[in-house]
Amino acid sequence: MTERKLVRPYGDTTGDGMVQVSFTLPVPAGKQAEGAAAQLAASMGIDPAMVVHSKAVGADHTFFVIYGPVKHLVDLSAVTVAERDYPLLSPKEVNTGIRRGLRRKMVVLGACVGTDAHTVGIDAILNIKGFAGEKGLEYYREMRVVNLGAQVGVPQLVERAQKEKADAVLISQVVTQKEAHLTTTREVAAAFSEAYPAGRRPLLVVGGPRFDESAAAALGVDRIFGRGTTPGEVASYLAHALV
Amino acid sequence: MRRARTLARRAGRPIVDLATSHTTVSLERATIRLAGLEGADGERVPWVNRLVDAVRQEVGLEHGVALPVWDALVRGQAPDLLTLAQKAATGGGGFRIPAGRDLVRARSAAKKAVGQGIRRIDNSRRQRERLIRRHGDAPRRPWIYLIVATGDIYEDIPQACAAARAGADVIAVIRSTGQSLLDYVPEGATREGYAGTYATGENFRLMRAALDEVSRELGRYVRLTNYASGLCMPEIAALAGMERLDMMLNDSMYGILFRDINPVRTFVDQRFSRQIHARAGIVINTGEDNYLTTADAVEAAHTVTVSQLLNEFFAKEAGLPEELMGLGHAFEIDPAVPQSFRLELAHALLARTLFPAAPLKWMPPTRHMTGDVFRGYLLNGFFNLAGALTGQGILLVGMMTEAVVTPWLSDRDLALDNVRYVLDACEGLTEDFNPPPDGFIANRAQQVLGEAVELLERIVDEGLLAAIGDGTFAGMRRPENAGRGLDGVVKRADGYVNPAIEALEVVAP
Repeated sequence: MTERKLVRPYGDTTGDGMVQVSFTLPVPAGKQAEGAAAQLAASMGIDPAMVVHSKAVGADHTFFVIYGPVKHLVDLSAVTVAERDYPLLSPKEVNTGIRRGLRRKMVVLGACVGTDAHTVGIDAILNIKGFAGEKGLEYYREMRVVNLGAQVGVPQLVERAQKEKADAVLISQVVTQKEAHLTTTREVAAAFSEAYPAGRRPLLVVGGPRFDESAAAALGVDRIFGRGTTPGEVASYLAHALV
Repeated sequence: MRRARTLARRAGRPIVDLATSHTTVSLERATIRLAGLEGADGERVPWVNRLVDAVRQEVGLEHGVALPVWDALVRGQAPDLLTLAQKAATGGGGFRIPAGRDLVRARSAAKKAVGQGIRRIDNSRRQRERLIRRHGDAPRRPWIYLIVATGDIYEDIPQACAAARAGADVIAVIRSTGQSLLDYVPEGATREGYAGTYATGENFRLMRAALDEVSRELGRYVRLTNYASGLCMPEIAALAGMERLDMMLNDSMYGILFRDINPVRTFVDQRFSRQIHARAGIVINTGEDNYLTTADAVEAAHTVTVSQLLNEFFAKEAGLPEELMGLGHAFEIDPAVPQSFRLELAHALLARTLFPAAPLKWMPPTRHMTGDVFRGYLLNGFFNLAGALTGQGILLVGMMTEAVVTPWLSDRDLALDNVRYVLDACEGLTEDFNPPPDGFIANRAQQVLGEAVELLERIVDEGLLAAIGDGTFAGMRRPENAGRGLDGVVKRADGYVNPAIEALEVVAP
């Protein structure tokens, strides 16, 4: 067993445990609100809690800044870090990776397949406008993005992928009535396996809010991205998987 | 400066010719909306879409929808627009392009019907002027602009009212992601937006009514902003004009560059929407800030100036006076660049000098906002200071939690404190801020203007559409014959009639 290595937060003296937090309570400003803030801070382990600032935000809310020593300890030997199975890269790193590794532009084909007309997800990932402050894949100089839009049939998707020599095919599935997202995904996977020689088909990536991210293998695709996925994550994954 | 304007006019003129020789499905639907048709069928397809699609299928759109639609009404094919749309949806419109006396009758009936919408727009404008006289206007410039975006109009309303009470002069309701790519305007009050709330006529009405209440309570008129952009730009402009919105985001190239909407579609739709905004007294906000989110703010500074000049030309051509041109720019220079604040001041002052009467829209840092909220708060303070120093017209309030979370109640409150402190502390400082004519700031402004003129010269030589096609702006290549909404563009025939355009057309400058 590794030796325990304990640390506490550092204010200005080793071991003082000082932290600073801020929050809002849905309570009108006043003595009672400050008491409530101190009580919450105490439950967080800050003791004694100094309510150094409280300010009314409208008639019904109060904002607080709290300072104080926290009684909890951190055991460095017990820290575990969850590893993503691919590194998160900046657009620049992705571009450089593609340039060095592929020595040509990466061709990314995107579509909402089947009856699905909800292009919100695929557009958030592909359009330059992007999502969550990150630019979409169109922004990446070393990618050539072909966005087929909504209600693309599976045969057309395969045909277009062959014509464009797609490296990766991104399909978005938002509609989930009668498990449509799962049926369509299996259909796409089957069509691509049929159309391409074994091991030669483009990378298949599926995105949508109702997917289980661990079900990729079961559905016959390479990767599933769920709700809240950003373009940077998808780009990093593509660079990781294809370069 | 004169050279820059002349070049912008020369670059823009062929685009205006394009805009006046084509129509689009959305422009035609907007015309029908002005005549009062609203609502949707059981599949939630708006009746204006059903009607325009049916006309297009039966007789084409080359002559506009007005003639075939009001010809059908005059002939008694249906008693009113709604019934006609219902019949047309099942293939029973019986449309034709009238000629002779029938044409004259259809034209006059169309003019009368569409004129009702124009009158609603005029009344809204007068009502705004009345309310500003009654309640008073925003206390000072820049106007403080705050965003709400919950996706649910009934959640947006209390948030907007709270923001107004906390000091916002302008409330913007962000649209649901992807609405710009819908080729129809959703109907009714909506509660299911994604990272924003759908722009619908009913949502406009509800929010405006709530802000009228708050305006009365606060003793100052609180303005409402939405987006006239995307595939339904003309229809949303018409709805905004009739429902008394006060400002609309409306950029000449944003949809083309960032949404891959066909350039011709965009320019046709945009001219019509700007004509409506001019009539309605709506301040447009252009989107130059977006260029700087993809391109470097120092290197690409002149593309902002070029776009502002083009936006100015197109706005003026559509009848918008300078007082209604909220030309955009942003505080996006990397803070690690030496003298970054001086560069920001130079760019902001250049815009101020080029467009002295325009209420410039000053956008906060987003690109260099990190998870370090304390540093972000400081950066926003400098952004506010630059706005105060250079006399910006509309200040979008920056949030220290940009790129971290959607703003919390306390984030908004702290941000407003920041703005208020800077504006109070710097009241009147613009009169003391006169950088020496041969100093760093003036020289940098000259340099950017010079680069802008060079780029405009290239655009004039090449043609604006070709320049957009080969990636001049924001690094995006958008060819003229591609992009979304292209199939909704139709070349006008000689006998094209549109009573809305006739009513809105002003003498070109």
